[in-house]
Amino acid sequence: MSNVTDTLPPASHAGLAERLRPALRWESGLAVVVALIVIIGSAASPAFLTGNNLFNLGLSNGEVAIMTLPMTLIIISGEIDLSVASILGMSSALLGYLWARGWPMPAIFVTIAVAGIAAGAINGLLVTRLRLPSLAVTIGTLALYRGVSEILLGPNTVATFPAAYTNLGVNAVPFTGNDMTYSTLIFIVLAIVFGVVLHATPLGRSIYAMGASAEAAQYAGIRVKRIKTLLYMVSGFICSLAGVLWTFRLNTSVWNNGIGLELNVVAIVLLAGVSIFGGKGSIAGVVLGVLAFCGIQNALLLTNFNQEATGIVTGGLLLASVFLPNAGRWLRAWRAHA
Amino acid sequence: MEVRSVDAPEEPADGQVLLELRHAAKSFGAVRALIDGSVELRAGEVHALLGENGAGKSTLVKILAGVHQPDDGTLIVPGRAGGDGRAGGDGRAGGDGREIRLNGPAAARAAGIAVIYQEPTLFPDLTVAENMFIGRQPLRSGRRIDRRAMLAEAAAIFTRLGVPLNPSRLARGLSIADQQVVEIGKALSLDARVIVMDEPTAALSAAEVARLFEVVRTLKAQGAAVLFISHRLEEVFTICQRVTVMRDGKHVLSSDLAGLTARDLVRAMVGRELAERPPEAAGATPGDTVLDVRRLTREGVFTDISLAVRAGEIVALAGLVGSGRSEVARAIFGIDRYDAGSVTVSGKPLRKASPAGSMAAGIGLVPEDRRQQGLVMDMSVQQNVALASLGRLGKGGLIRASAERAMASDWAARLAIKYSRLTDPVGTLSGGNQQKVVLARWLGRKPAVLIVDEPTRGIDVGTKAEVHQLLTGLARSGVAVLMISSELPEVLGVADRVLVMREGQLVAEFGHADASEEAIMSAAMGQQEVAQ
Amino acid sequence: MTSVLPRPTLPGPDQEARASHLAERVFRIRESGILVVLLVFVGVTTAVQHRFLGASNIQFVLVDTASFALLALGETMVVLTRNVDLSVGSVVGLSAYLSTQLFADHPGIAIPVVFLAGLGIGLACGIVNGVMVAAGRVPSLVVTLATLYIIRGIDILIVGGNEVTASSLPDSFLNIPKDTILGIPDIAIAVAALIAIGWYYLRTFRSGRDLYAIGSNPDAARLAGLPAGRRVFTAFAVSGAIAGVAGVLWGAQYGTINSTAGTGYELQVVSAVVVGGVAIFGGSGSVIGAGLGALLLATISSALYVLGISPFWDQAIWGFLLLVAIALDQTITERLTSALRRTRTRHE
Repeated sequence: MSNVTDTLPPASHAGLAERLRPALRWESGLAVVVALIVIIGSAASPAFLTGNNLFNLGLSNGEVAIMTLPMTLIIISGEIDLSVASILGMSSALLGYLWARGWPMPAIFVTIAVAGIAAGAINGLLVTRLRLPSLAVTIGTLALYRGVSEILLGPNTVATFPAAYTNLGVNAVPFTGNDMTYSTLIFIVLAIVFGVVLHATPLGRSIYAMGASAEAAQYAGIRVKRIKTLLYMVSGFICSLAGVLWTFRLNTSVWNNGIGLELNVVAIVLLAGVSIFGGKGSIAGVVLGVLAFCGIQNALLLTNFNQEATGIVTGGLLLASVFLPNAGRWLRAWRAHA
Repeated sequence: MEVRSVDAPEEPADGQVLLELRHAAKSFGAVRALIDGSVELRAGEVHALLGENGAGKSTLVKILAGVHQPDDGTLIVPGRAGGDGRAGGDGRAGGDGREIRLNGPAAARAAGIAVIYQEPTLFPDLTVAENMFIGRQPLRSGRRIDRRAMLAEAAAIFTRLGVPLNPSRLARGLSIADQQVVEIGKALSLDARVIVMDEPTAALSAAEVARLFEVVRTLKAQGAAVLFISHRLEEVFTICQRVTVMRDGKHVLSSDLAGLTARDLVRAMVGRELAERPPEAAGATPGDTVLDVRRLTREGVFTDISLAVRAGEIVALAGLVGSGRSEVARAIFGIDRYDAGSVTVSGKPLRKASPAGSMAAGIGLVPEDRRQQGLVMDMSVQQNVALASLGRLGKGGLIRASAERAMASDWAARLAIKYSRLTDPVGTLSGGNQQKVVLARWLGRKPAVLIVDEPTRGIDVGTKAEVHQLLTGLARSGVAVLMISSELPEVLGVADRVLVMREGQLVAEFGHADASEEAIMSAAMGQQEVAQ
Repeated sequence: MTSVLPRPTLPGPDQEARASHLAERVFRIRESGILVVLLVFVGVTTAVQHRFLGASNIQFVLVDTASFALLALGETMVVLTRNVDLSVGSVVGLSAYLSTQLFADHPGIAIPVVFLAGLGIGLACGIVNGVMVAAGRVPSLVVTLATLYIIRGIDILIVGGNEVTASSLPDSFLNIPKDTILGIPDIAIAVAALIAIGWYYLRTFRSGRDLYAIGSNPDAARLAGLPAGRRVFTAFAVSGAIAGVAGVLWGAQYGTINSTAGTGYELQVVSAVVVGGVAIFGGSGSVIGAGLGALLLATISSALYVLGISPFWDQAIWGFLLLVAIALDQTITERLTSALRRTRTRHE
């Protein structure tokens, strides 16, 4: 309604700050939360900030952290992928199955990669070609891929992986001191890659556009279907990578590896300020979300809080992540009425 | 089983004032959307509300609908004779004129005011009857819904309106025209006395408009007051008796239409003399054929469409809504597939249907639906302008923010787009400026062919003229323009050639000299259907 | 100014009637379709393995179905409003433990009281969900995902490493799933009756129809002045209460209850609902369909078992079936919409 003609914005840096402003609000809040966790955690337990502890953190959460990255892109694009943990499980099952049958490891890796990409492609095709809602589809593939793990392994467990590989799961990366796990390193590298792609490339902008309005994105020439399928395939690949890491870390391949992890992944991504409706979010937020999540879990562990009940905290954080943005609005409305 | 009487409620005398809004004002923060809004609606009259975008019409409508509460001003709704004392709502007067305050849509309904929006919001999974009576379905014993009574009432209302709509069919799949009839039926079932129609004809075909006008005349005859908001002056003169004009949030004039000309109305709306018709086409000699469409066919939608647009030419594609024009445009652009035929741009045939491929060949499409198709409403002005040019705004695969901003501000200046900040969401701009953003996006790609679908729909008169000038300027610079339009003055004023489609086929072609409204209309509707 | 417009031709009444019949027929087909698939499955399996249709097996399947069908009833009410309740599994677990623990702590307690306790626990959880979704205007996917975590966590904290074993439960309680009338398990009859009541309610009462409206077009529902917040709240409260009752039933069925009871149920329930023809985006579907969906899934499980197929194939198969059901649903809706659209353009 206001047709105010304004002078054009002055210098370049003003534009950047303005672009970042809405994002900054959530991410800076999250950064404060992370800082608080670090402070409270260190106060509660001297072991909190030790290298050793960080190493263990990386070990136990590395796979989940890695899976949050492609999930972020998928959610921003307006979809969701609940089958991530099942793809992880499926690749773990394949690993055990093929290894038990004497396949050489390189061949196994290739097979797993192909299987993961294929699983993602199926998700993508069902969502884009058949136009099915991704929530329902990925609930179905969650069962399907977990079922494949079950079929492959049955009740068996494979735990005979050679040390050379299982060490990848538990050792630190050489030349980085003693505290960097392979999964942490992979997470950092992937976070940078995904961050650049999402925030500074046409592909990333297209992902935001299609999450905000799939139809308008199409009319702007954005290949929505192709990109979404690609995102699912990337997710499939990354999740099978995570499955390999998981299997080597635990030296166990069993059908229910990773069961339920998808909820952790979605929780972290939502906590990071990525909107469930699509079109909003950032990788920086996701990194902070991972830190917050791991930090809380770890603080609880070190203070001997019942591990399995940490779900309460995860759930609480999730609720906070959706209510806090609205809280400001409510306060203003309440003050207006009072 | 009690069936409510379906006779028309006691009708007020013609000319009796049913609603009076005096000096209403409404601000949203710093924005004064409405400064002095006044309108008086009488029984048995159709009253037009005119004004450019940003004049305050929609705010006024929302105040009548109870969606917004005015900061200032009075609303008077004299009670109707024999009011039935319906519960709910606020301060519904009985008998004497009393000032009321509508504190919500329910209050407006109780006061007998109904608003039919441009895009009706129905429940697709419920039946037509349920749509009309949701939340207040007639009941039988034990508070159970009486379906038979509900269907009977709905059927009776449709009979009263003269529209044979089946109340037990699902709302899913109903045309917009039919959806509006359902909304009108709903309004009647609520005994609405004042019916506000917000740009109801924007998406209707000529036949549907005619049917709507019949319904409006029926409402008029039954003593209702209809407030009719439209940008189409010819419709206003057809159906309305009185008019209120607003400009810049203020009431400018209210009068009988008799004795006024379109020019008078435009002058009142715009505050300056405007050419009534868009400028004549430049008449420059067109160049080579740029867009060559041969025998394009899509089963059940359009057949054997062959057309050619040359550089520097504006070709209009006229026809009734539903004749398949937008579908042809979408097929050329690659959003929809086609079953047979070919599209060639600058001599190079387009391989398969894909927007990216068409864009690479030099085609741009300004779509029909600005909000859903043309723009990403949540993104900023800047981002929307740059959306189709991302690959060219940086290097090494990355986007450069400064390049993006430069492109946006450059085009905003060239097209005189009014905005507050480039980083504001594009939804904060007025309709006309939003359309300019869409145009900027495509012009920024320097297309060889530009297809525009209803380029000035829902845009105020001033911006309309600007857009027309833009298009003619564009053609003069060598672009081939294909313009789909349902507004005959626009077609006649801007186009060099006019093609007419009817029911999926091209049925006529007119050069600039022999094009006339009658000729185009009769081609669009088919000879045998033109009334004697 | 403009040329004279012709007298409009209106769609004939036959066309309109045919359109509505088409719609009704399709939706009835959807549910009878499940029935058909069910019968086909039963037929084929029985042909191979006669004992599939034996009394004991039927009873087994019906008992299995009963609790899922019950959960599907509650979930349907939520899904109809375009929401989802992912916390049902955790509620089942919490209710199963706390209610059966009552037998250990208060020996001789009446069974109906235990059921009421379960209902109360579920109702409390449902109210929490309902308040957050309805008042907070926050996506239910996120909220119930969070409460799934939180309730499970609370359950774990309370249960710790304990478990309730069958020995501490009275026989009359453990026999509930086994009691039959004319060969049909009591609880199956009870659940079927509840579903029938639910179906009738959703059809004939305004508040029931409101649920459909809210899911079909939430904006229109608000504009029409429907008490959307209240309805959605009630749907979640009911879903929670039902999950609470299902928890008690779970205890009766399995006898041993620890902190893992009910894990993963939410996905199975949502699957049953979707397979049963309830649109995941709300607005259409029926509780009878959802019940049939639960029955179908349980039947398939049993069929696989009876046919000697390793139970490890179960999950893959119901995952596949879910995908088929969703794809089918989508195709039907699209065909229907274009068929309904075509019946009017022909006359323009």
